[in-house]
Amino acid sequence: MNRIPLRPLARILDARSKGENPDVIERENIRQRHEDMQDRARARAEGRLLVLGVFFFCAFLVVGARMGLLATSEAHEPLASASGASIATQRADIVDREGRILATNFETHSLYAQPPLMVDPIAAAEGLAKVFPDLDKDRLIKDFTGKRKFIWIKKRISPEQKQAVHDIGDPGLLFGPREMRLYPNGTLAAHVLGGAGFGKEGVNAAEVIGVAGVEKQFDGYLRDPANGAKPLQLSLDLTVQAAAERVLLGGMKIMNAKGASSVLMDVHTGEVISVASLPAFDPNDRPRPPTGGLDPSDSPLFNRAVQGVYELGSVFKIFAAAQAIDLGLVNSETIIDTSGPMRVGGFPIGEFRKKNYGKLSVEDIIVKSSNRGTGRLAMQIGPKRQKDFLNALGMFDPTPFEIVEAQGGHPLLPKQWGELSTVTISYGHGLSTSPMHLAAGYAAIANGGQYVSPTILRQKGPQYGPRVMSPTAARQARKMLRKVVTSGTASFGEVPGYAVGGKTGTADKPKPGGGYYKDKVIATFATIFPANDPKYVLVVTLDEPSITAYGEKRRTAGWTAVPVAAEMIGRVAPLLGLRPQVEPGETAGITLTSN
Amino acid sequence: MRGVIYVLTALAVFGLALWAYQENYRTQQVLKDTQRLQRQIGEAQVRLSVLRAEWAYLNRPDRLRELADLNFDRLGLLPLRPDQFGRVDEVAYPTAPLPPITNAVDVSTLNGEQFP
Repeated sequence: MNRIPLRPLARILDARSKGENPDVIERENIRQRHEDMQDRARARAEGRLLVLGVFFFCAFLVVGARMGLLATSEAHEPLASASGASIATQRADIVDREGRILATNFETHSLYAQPPLMVDPIAAAEGLAKVFPDLDKDRLIKDFTGKRKFIWIKKRISPEQKQAVHDIGDPGLLFGPREMRLYPNGTLAAHVLGGAGFGKEGVNAAEVIGVAGVEKQFDGYLRDPANGAKPLQLSLDLTVQAAAERVLLGGMKIMNAKGASSVLMDVHTGEVISVASLPAFDPNDRPRPPTGGLDPSDSPLFNRAVQGVYELGSVFKIFAAAQAIDLGLVNSETIIDTSGPMRVGGFPIGEFRKKNYGKLSVEDIIVKSSNRGTGRLAMQIGPKRQKDFLNALGMFDPTPFEIVEAQGGHPLLPKQWGELSTVTISYGHGLSTSPMHLAAGYAAIANGGQYVSPTILRQKGPQYGPRVMSPTAARQARKMLRKVVTSGTASFGEVPGYAVGGKTGTADKPKPGGGYYKDKVIATFATIFPANDPKYVLVVTLDEPSITAYGEKRRTAGWTAVPVAAEMIGRVAPLLGLRPQVEPGETAGITLTSN
Repeated sequence: MRGVIYVLTALAVFGLALWAYQENYRTQQVLKDTQRLQRQIGEAQVRLSVLRAEWAYLNRPDRLRELADLNFDRLGLLPLRPDQFGRVDEVAYPTAPLPPITNAVDVSTLNGEQFP
């Protein structure tokens, strides 16, 4: 590059001769040189900007074109990625604690008709009426020959029925795939499982939604595809449930009871191993809820074990005794005067068959089931402390048992918790709870004084809640419960090898209008076994039992609920893997100084 | 020299083109296989769930109880009772087999001789 000299000699000399300033020439040249440099730099920058602009334009064009292509083209699954079992079914299975299926899905078909496509509507209607006897032929002919373009005929049909409809051979009869919920065990654990029905329906698919029980409670979990094919595992044991329901049904028939329920619960984990309520229903074909005047508690849909709140009677006495021991007011040897008459708030408190037991130890109060004795213990405890204790045992709220019906089992409390209520509640009248509440309360005594909330889900280990009574009080209460069976009202409850302990309760049924029936009772037997190291709580409740024995009509729990419970323990305990054991004798002179 | 390089380059381009062509078709074949396999897996899963449901239905406690009752003569099955638990020392183990007789002793009856 040839540069122009800043001070060209010829022009300088010329300017000097003219008497001008030669620096002007230099400055002019410098300015010109700078202008040239600026022009070059601008040209280069403009060129670069252009290239960059073209590049960005192309890049955006490509992105835009790809977006357009993706938006307009048909989407298809990535072929190479492995699709798991997650999309195979739309609802997860429900299994028991050993993984045996309680509820699963089944592919069936629905049947619908499109009359415009039909070749011979009359023949089609006649054929359908033959395949499905419950369909009305005239009605079908009217539908098929009328103006309707689309008619649902059957929500779900079996493969045989589908083939029969195929054989009719009319192109206007069409099938849509339907996934249906199948409960292979029929009525077994029906109240826990509940049932499922169809939600939104289309031709090609229908939503399966839970309508009751765990199906409704865990509807979100069961329908969530993110859970994949992972089934919902319950704490129920299928074989134990089957045996319990069988024994309960037999017991209900022998005892001429109207209904029955049983709850078997692990006292450490709170897992409910079996819960039965009779009469039962088939969740595959769930009956409609009763309407119009009928008592809902007479419907088979009614779950007596969690929804039925009853005054359960003397089974509550052990709570008063345990609390009195826990508070240090008495011990199991303390003598209480149970002789009458006893009046609280103007009401006489009497004993069963107007007996009079005189002076009894606390243990004998439980063994002989003395109302007045328990009442006197309760008066020592006082309403406030009694209320707090029963609240800690969960008797004031619906149980946290995870089926939707459990929320309906709201205990009925007295409006005024005065002295009279304190006394009557101590022997189980005036406070209505469900058998499930009672099982949770007995579990606290059985596991050494800690509340466990009953659960239907499989647990990994003990789930102890807050402590409600001292281990000593719980141990003494267990001893009393054992004595009730060995030498008290529940002598039929002895099962050799299982050291059953428990308390009977016979409560008169309240009339709808107030007052109590004379000849209708709820008989309850709440047991823990084995009493020396309890593992399970079993509560058996019979509704209106009566049996004739030794020439007398008998309704008390000792004659009705206790034999049923004993038979149930004999059947169920071996299935639970409990081996019969010789009960350890009294450890004479040895006191437990620390745990 | 330069000519050789040109020829080699051209051959390399041919070779690469052929390789790309083959890979393309192989990929498409694999994708097709995958699709087919996935359809088979889906069908198998449906079949499996039906079989599981059937297994559960056939093993429902009610049916097993009825079958046990029907076949009581042959099987003699009864519900499990507490008295059916045994202890290990109640189990009769098979007695150990006799060790082989190495030095047999001749006795008079060995040849079937009968005493009068």
